[in-house]
Amino acid sequence: MTDQPNQHPGINISHARPEDGRHTEVTVFGFWTFLMSDAIIFALLFATYATMVNRTAGGPTAAELFDITNAFIETIVLLASSFTFGMGAVALKEGRVGGVRLWLVVSLVLGLVFIGLELREFAGLAARGATAQASGFLSSFYVLLSTHGLHVLFGCLWIVVMLAQISVFGLNRQVRSRILRLGLFWHFLDLVWIVIFTVVYLPAVAT
Amino acid sequence: MNTSMLLGKLSLDALPFYSPIAAAGAAVIVFGGLGVIALITWLRAWPYLWREWFTSTDHKKIGMMYVGLALVMLMRGFVDALMMRAQQAMAMNAEGYLTPDHFQQIFSSHGTIMIFFMAMPFLFGLMNYVVPLQLGARDVAFPLMNAISFWLTAAGAALVMVSLVIGVFSTGGWSGYPPYTELSYSPTVGVDYWIMALLVSGVGTTLGAINLVVTIYKMRAPGMKLMQMPLFCWTALCASLLAVFALPGLTVAAGLLGLDRYLGMHFFTNDGGGNVMNYANLFWIFGHPEVYILILPAFGIFSSVIPTFSQKKLFGYNVLVYATMCIAVLSFTVWLHHFFTMGADANVNAFFGIMTMVIAVPTGVKVYDWILTMFRGRLRFDTPMLWSIAFIVTFVIGGMTGVILAIPPLDYVFHNTLFLIAHFHNMLIPGVLFGLFAGYAYWFPKATGFPLDEAWGRRAFIFWVVGFYLAFMPLYALGFTGAPRRMAYYDQPEWQIYFVIAAIGALSVLAGIICQVIQLVVSIRNRDRTTSFAGDPWGGQTLEWATSSPPPEYNFAVLPRVNSLDAFEEAKESGQPYVWPEKYDPIEVPRNSMTGVLLGGTSFVLGFAAVWHIWWLAALSLLGVIGIVIARSFATDTTRFISADEVKAHESRWRTAVLAQGKASS
Repeated sequence: MTDQPNQHPGINISHARPEDGRHTEVTVFGFWTFLMSDAIIFALLFATYATMVNRTAGGPTAAELFDITNAFIETIVLLASSFTFGMGAVALKEGRVGGVRLWLVVSLVLGLVFIGLELREFAGLAARGATAQASGFLSSFYVLLSTHGLHVLFGCLWIVVMLAQISVFGLNRQVRSRILRLGLFWHFLDLVWIVIFTVVYLPAVAT
Repeated sequence: MNTSMLLGKLSLDALPFYSPIAAAGAAVIVFGGLGVIALITWLRAWPYLWREWFTSTDHKKIGMMYVGLALVMLMRGFVDALMMRAQQAMAMNAEGYLTPDHFQQIFSSHGTIMIFFMAMPFLFGLMNYVVPLQLGARDVAFPLMNAISFWLTAAGAALVMVSLVIGVFSTGGWSGYPPYTELSYSPTVGVDYWIMALLVSGVGTTLGAINLVVTIYKMRAPGMKLMQMPLFCWTALCASLLAVFALPGLTVAAGLLGLDRYLGMHFFTNDGGGNVMNYANLFWIFGHPEVYILILPAFGIFSSVIPTFSQKKLFGYNVLVYATMCIAVLSFTVWLHHFFTMGADANVNAFFGIMTMVIAVPTGVKVYDWILTMFRGRLRFDTPMLWSIAFIVTFVIGGMTGVILAIPPLDYVFHNTLFLIAHFHNMLIPGVLFGLFAGYAYWFPKATGFPLDEAWGRRAFIFWVVGFYLAFMPLYALGFTGAPRRMAYYDQPEWQIYFVIAAIGALSVLAGIICQVIQLVVSIRNRDRTTSFAGDPWGGQTLEWATSSPPPEYNFAVLPRVNSLDAFEEAKESGQPYVWPEKYDPIEVPRNSMTGVLLGGTSFVLGFAAVWHIWWLAALSLLGVIGIVIARSFATDTTRFISADEVKAHESRWRTAVLAQGKASS
């Protein structure tokens, strides 16, 4: 197509890389649409958590259980991984393969550390009898957090696949576009975590 | 029930020998399936089907497969309906021929199938086929994802069908309300089948909706502004956006119910701090937009059919666009009217009651627009138009009963009665199904090159419309006398006559369906006489008619330039409807891929294994799904070129057909 209709502000990169523009225009917009759908899933899980937070069925309450220190470390780790991914995006823009690889690996490690911290927290809670089966409150807590955690795990797998694709293909158009979408996904998970921190952990400390 | 490592809960007890009727139903599925497989093998059609259809990424073929799936599921869902009508006609002070448990399975599978595996695939099929053509595009935005969407939907439908043979289906209705559907009250695998079928097909529908959204926003022909899109594309856009935003509600509701059942959590249980009202809210936050996901594209079909057969332009295009958008937004503000009686505050009920009545306003605007499109038109009464007229009249009746139900105090009287059943069938059969039939008849010659037989179409139409009124008007009367829905039997003698009339209505619908089957056979048999390659049998106004019938894989050899609404009509008026340049360029199209079939098949196995707690198989197929996606992401040679010569050959053959037709008519 010679002319470029139907561009949306904010998500087109035609000015910087005209040859990538048409491709990313469609795929990145599609990925945003998917993220909106995913965001609704999280919104509904947040709403569910909000209605269940006091349904402890005589079991432990949020104030008794949650440890803000651990959640704070998790937050820092995840935010740092967003930063390192951003550094990877800069390297991608400048076409430095080594830089992209390095920052993807660092983000991957931080993502895995986050999952490890989350699993440690779950194990600690379960040891105190606070399992997902203990009450409606804990069911909604575990499901909200593991849905986010599984997303992070999926993101880690995606990073591994992208590292492999960089080795096989180099930074070709497909790979660049996929790393761009992976970045959207990764930052989206950060955003969700910040809401989790605000909705789940902070009120538990405040009371 | 014992569970083993190898087979989970699956054992020979799962076979349906608990009742001769269930066994007969299973036998029909098994032998019907084997018969189809034998026929295809005998015809040696497997390579053809695999090459041309199963692995196809062409939006037109995927659209036709969606419609084919929907027609098969329509038969299944209708048999369920017929069985219910027969049971209730004879179950006065008697047990009838179905056990209550079996009756419950039937109404649950009827609702689940008709909504998720008949209406949804039918609509997605028509949208898939028509939207890219109307936009002047060569395909949808993501052709392979389109195939994946279809095969996931088919996998969900297959899970429902398999439940007929292996195990049982849910007895919890199509909405699956807990706590009844929790493990303590529904210990069998029925609810698990329902959950897995919806989750698997839900992923497919979400992907399909994303695909249509992106196609409509990004793939329009050069020059086509949003307000120059045919109205069907607008309704497809709104319905797809609704699906993107609403389906998460179903995913979360069904997923959390599954977690309760599989992992012993307490989201919707009576004990342990569960809250059943959360389910009702989550389900209907999805469920009400779902109604508009179904009906908006049908409105779009009527908005395509009525102008064509009135030989006028659509009246009030702008207003119809705004009305469609209003309905799409408002559809998220009415969900609570599905449970007025569950104890919400009177003010809350009042709010949702008023919003429900407000949504009738844009719908009413649309009805007037269609009527005014017909006003002073030169009307032609081909079957698509007949379905549209029957829709307008019948739909208005259903709309008015809807306003009755929107008043909370009246809803307290009518809720859970057959009045409600009559109401929503009165919306969905004329609104959605008649729209689908109109679209099926309207676009059939586009997809195949030959029209559907008109005489058999009219017969089907008459039987369907008469059958609809006979089957559902008595249910209003029964609702007024307080007859509850979902009754396996009753002891009120005065009710029976209404149930008998309703059963006669169902038989009339059966006659209509038989006419449609005959219509298809007759049309195929007569195709040598009726085939027209020229591609514009109805005098259409939109771009899908500016192609040959059937259109080539690439749709448009030269992408049309659009600068007005009803682009094809404008082009005809300017005297230059078709563009045939001297020289053609090669066209890039996606290669076939088996990814869709593989993902559908693996997801089916995953769902089946989860239903029966065969965990090793579930883990294996989950790894399979992930592995297939990763493997596909390494594929590079995913497109091929159709050579300029091939394009030229097709275009000149089409040109000859168009010119020959022009001579014949002048």
